[in-house]
Amino acid sequence: MSEHTLSVRLENKAGALARVSQLFARRGYNIQSLVVGPTERENISRLTLRVDCSEHSLEQIEKQIHKLVNVLRVTELRPENAVESELALITVASPPDARAELLAAARASGASIADFGQDAITFQIVGRPHDVDAFEDLLRPYGLLELARTGRIGLHRPHSNDRKDSNG
Amino acid sequence: MTRMLGSDAILRALEHEGVRVAFGIPGGAILPTYDAIARGTSVRHVLARHEQGAGHMAQGYARASGEVGVAIATSGPGATNLVTPIADAWMDSTPLVCITGQVRGGLIGTDAFQEIDATGITMPIVKHSWLVQDAEELPSVLKAAFHVARTGRQGPVLVDVAKDAQEAELDFEYPDDSDLPGWKPPRTVDERQVHEAARAILAAKRPIVYAGGGVVNGDACSELLALVDAARLPAVVTLMGKGCLPDSHPLNYGAPGMHGSKYANWALNKADLVIAVGSRFDDRVTGKLSAFAPGAKVIHFDVDAAEVGKIRHAEIPVVGPLKPALARLTAAVHGLGTPDHEPWLRQLEDWRARFPYRYSRGEGVLKPQTVVETLRDLTAGRDDVIWTTGVGQHQMWAMQYLVCDRPRSFITSGGLGTMGYGVPAAIGAKAARPDATVVCIDGDGCFQMTGQELATAALERLPIVVVIVNNAWLGMVRQWQELFYGERFAQTHLTHQVPDYAQLAEAYGCAGFTVGSEGELESTLAAALAAGRTAVVDARCDPSENCYPMVPAGAAAVDVREAPEQEALSA
Repeated sequence: MSEHTLSVRLENKAGALARVSQLFARRGYNIQSLVVGPTERENISRLTLRVDCSEHSLEQIEKQIHKLVNVLRVTELRPENAVESELALITVASPPDARAELLAAARASGASIADFGQDAITFQIVGRPHDVDAFEDLLRPYGLLELARTGRIGLHRPHSNDRKDSNG
Repeated sequence: MTRMLGSDAILRALEHEGVRVAFGIPGGAILPTYDAIARGTSVRHVLARHEQGAGHMAQGYARASGEVGVAIATSGPGATNLVTPIADAWMDSTPLVCITGQVRGGLIGTDAFQEIDATGITMPIVKHSWLVQDAEELPSVLKAAFHVARTGRQGPVLVDVAKDAQEAELDFEYPDDSDLPGWKPPRTVDERQVHEAARAILAAKRPIVYAGGGVVNGDACSELLALVDAARLPAVVTLMGKGCLPDSHPLNYGAPGMHGSKYANWALNKADLVIAVGSRFDDRVTGKLSAFAPGAKVIHFDVDAAEVGKIRHAEIPVVGPLKPALARLTAAVHGLGTPDHEPWLRQLEDWRARFPYRYSRGEGVLKPQTVVETLRDLTAGRDDVIWTTGVGQHQMWAMQYLVCDRPRSFITSGGLGTMGYGVPAAIGAKAARPDATVVCIDGDGCFQMTGQELATAALERLPIVVVIVNNAWLGMVRQWQELFYGERFAQTHLTHQVPDYAQLAEAYGCAGFTVGSEGELESTLAAALAAGRTAVVDARCDPSENCYPMVPAGAAAVDVREAPEQEALSA
């Protein structure tokens, strides 16, 4: 088992997302993150999905996704050929004696302040998934009150060979 | 462009698609469409007694004709009753368009009377589905539905139409093409892969063709025959493929797998080159996968890329339509020379001679295999016979003993293993091919799941012959209980007491026969075949007969066992 990111271009139609996700569900694979949003083309969405499964299963599922009528293209985003990004909102307890440290940590990590409360601060960080992981780890000792991550989105790097359709 | 109601648009679409017969049952949410049927259409509607029956009839129609089958049902229970045929069509790649009524748009999602999420329930078992709430979408959706069902790897689609969309008016114009940017089944094969396959065939010492139902669906039967003849390639043919290569062809070694012959299993498992053609390495064929054809390189021809490499790695994958693929392969082999594997063919002949399908004829009891053999002999030489079966022992005996020399003459439920498939599938086949003699070899358990469709056969004047291989048990399950569950026969005894199948047949207006001895078997079956109306033969057979050969679950296919008394003879 290993983690993989799939990028799927699909028609923006009712049920299209369910048709993709059920291929994972029936095999018992848990989807770690799934993001759907608009693309440069009207009525076409991009779905970026992170899943933990074997290489052979992934190949199977890619082929099954490719057969779906609403799906235009499916490719794996491999780290060496892709840019990936995600956003997190993290609310952390901020007693007066910890506040200065927290703000310094946020500055050093490139996070911004989304909300500043009396007892807590909500930070927003946008970046590569491992940068978000690092910031989360940095804040954890202060007491995470709530955390929301968007899950990663990604694109193939320009000129990357993987940009072409993996299924012909 | 014509102004019409959505319901009429559905019928006009079916007419444009060349649908001759549709099968279904009306109900609340599909009433407007049945009203359109009443207003007039060239499509014949066959009224089933249960939506499952309608669905299997549409499957039988599709498998007998090569056309798309159409089933129509109402919302809620109508749709859920279609789920089994849809699943069956999904597993066996049968082209099927199911049209279901749905509650009015405003009621969708409210748990309205007879509301069920039909597209949601069927999502994992359809190629695609549509929920239509706007009548204007009907022409393009139905065009797309038929296109998706019949192109690429064939299979079922569902069109769920809200009642108010059936009642609304639209400007009808049937499109010439469907607009499906994401639907791109392969149209060609890679020539280099075909040539690599040809080279592998020339180099092989022990090649075997492993042909499946995809050959029939891909309309590639004559191309397969040409390949087998030109390269003198021996072949095994799966349950779903039966008939794609004539059973009486000397290079056809019949069915491999759990109840296939010893020689077919050995041919497949001791080969050095497996040429899979429209087959999918089903577990019932491979047995223990790690021990399957251990010395073989695999060439896999399939129109569905997702099947290639799914179960068994293919050294030479060839994705694309089988008809041109096999034609090019034959040409490529011819261009390279003449394959020479005569010692292998002699070996296969030796195995076939030593381990034929065989059984012990009992004293005073009717053996189920004798029923199948007698039907085969009574119809020998006829080219108008179509067989259907249920699922279980009788199905396996039909596979073993019937001789099918033409494609689409053996119609069965393979992947899903749907008991009750046989009777409605036979009715559908008869509707597709009124000239054919359609014989359903059924089990007593199977017959009781869909036997009510005898009413359909009688009233719709679709005469079929049903031969119930009645062993008084859920025979295949009983066999497993005997062999693997310490002879604890839990809940498998159906008995010879009820029902009286002959009387039941008479009650439905059909001819009923009962036979329990070998002496009267031939005359009874002959009378049923000549009845001129739907006939049911209750053939009361030896309840204890087991189906052999058998690859025990989890065993290697090469370890296929014959019946214990036969194994003793061979030892």
